[in-house]
Amino acid sequence: MSGQLVVAQGIPWPPSVGDFYPPNVAGPWVTKFGIMVWLAVALLIIFFMLAYRKPTLVPGKTQWYAESLYGLVRDNIAREQMGNAGIRFAPYLTVLFSFIALTNLFGIVPGLQISPNSHIAFPIVLAAISYVMYLYIGVRKDGLGSYLKKSLIIPGVPWPMHFLLIPIEFLQNFINRPVTLAVRLFANMFAGHLILLVFTLGGFVMLASDNVFVQVTSVFSFAMAILMAFFEVLVALLQAYVFVTLTANYIGTSLADDH
Amino acid sequence: MFIAATDVDHHPLVPIWQELVIGTIAFGLLCFVLLKFVMPRMEAMYQARVDAIEGGLKRAEAAQAEANQVLEQYRAQLAEVRTEAAKIRDDARSDAEGIRQDILGKAREESDRIIAAGKEQLAAERATIVRELRTEVGTLAVDLASKIVGESLADEARRKGTVDRFLSGLESAGAR
Repeated sequence: MSGQLVVAQGIPWPPSVGDFYPPNVAGPWVTKFGIMVWLAVALLIIFFMLAYRKPTLVPGKTQWYAESLYGLVRDNIAREQMGNAGIRFAPYLTVLFSFIALTNLFGIVPGLQISPNSHIAFPIVLAAISYVMYLYIGVRKDGLGSYLKKSLIIPGVPWPMHFLLIPIEFLQNFINRPVTLAVRLFANMFAGHLILLVFTLGGFVMLASDNVFVQVTSVFSFAMAILMAFFEVLVALLQAYVFVTLTANYIGTSLADDH
Repeated sequence: MFIAATDVDHHPLVPIWQELVIGTIAFGLLCFVLLKFVMPRMEAMYQARVDAIEGGLKRAEAAQAEANQVLEQYRAQLAEVRTEAAKIRDDARSDAEGIRQDILGKAREESDRIIAAGKEQLAAERATIVRELRTEVGTLAVDLASKIVGESLADEARRKGTVDRFLSGLESAGAR
């Protein structure tokens, strides 16, 4: 019944994968998602440049925000995961964290209302950088042979077990890590957007109903949409934190001396 | 039923290759700018702040320690100076006593000496005077006697005897 109403009023119901692929703005190179990524880059550059235009020992407000962000990543992620040797990665991890957090938060910004990370291409790029980074660091530190040995061979197991363990370790360290890194971020943003669509569009669909009871019930749908929007903020920041923490953790295993 | 706002139905797990390129370039640019122009200064500022706070505390501690040390040194010096002063006072006191005794002794000696010299001189003068008087009185008496007697007593020995006798007579008369 509601479906017919939707068709009548042009509300796309039910939400589908198609909702994640709006028509191109101008060809495949200028899309909403592309523009959002450039917007995020521009905003971050402006923010950090402004914050650090004239840094002082006693920070101003903007500088303090920027430094809190840096301090969070530096002390709670880089040092926590990699020890003092990891502090040199804090700058990159800070950039990564702010980029993911901002693009994730686009999901609830009016007018944008979708995170670029709900297109898997962007998480793939970020995960690939992390992947190459920890592989490169590992190989540079130990050499290719030692690094593979360190990554694949668990010390102190009976040798026949290695027939089982080496493939598992390989899958774990070289396949699962980057794939889960990308997919986790993508899936969270994808699902989050879908949930918001369901409750928001569902509310409109119910509001458009002939039945008064269904119309009243739409209030709950909207309330749920608002609640979920707040929840999405949490998810957006949490996923950024998780992505960066795992990247730091992987780099940490490359820096470590044993398995 | 489906009113998909798109021309192609896209599988969500298949990346759009243009987006891979855009993502790489955009994120690359972001990393380049921030890692080159902002983050090094941020880390430097972070270190500077840590230094400033820890350094400040350390400096304060050092200053405190130094102040304490100086105070201690000061006290030690003060105590030393006090004992020194007491010693000097005692020394001075005993010195003064010594000097007083010395001067007193010397003065006594000097006065004794002067008195002795005076007495001696007096005695000498007296002796001289007595001697002179004796000759003069003798001469006068002789002259007088010669004038009275009109006779020159050439023989000195006799004359001396006469005078001596006369004087002894005078003395015994005076003593009487």
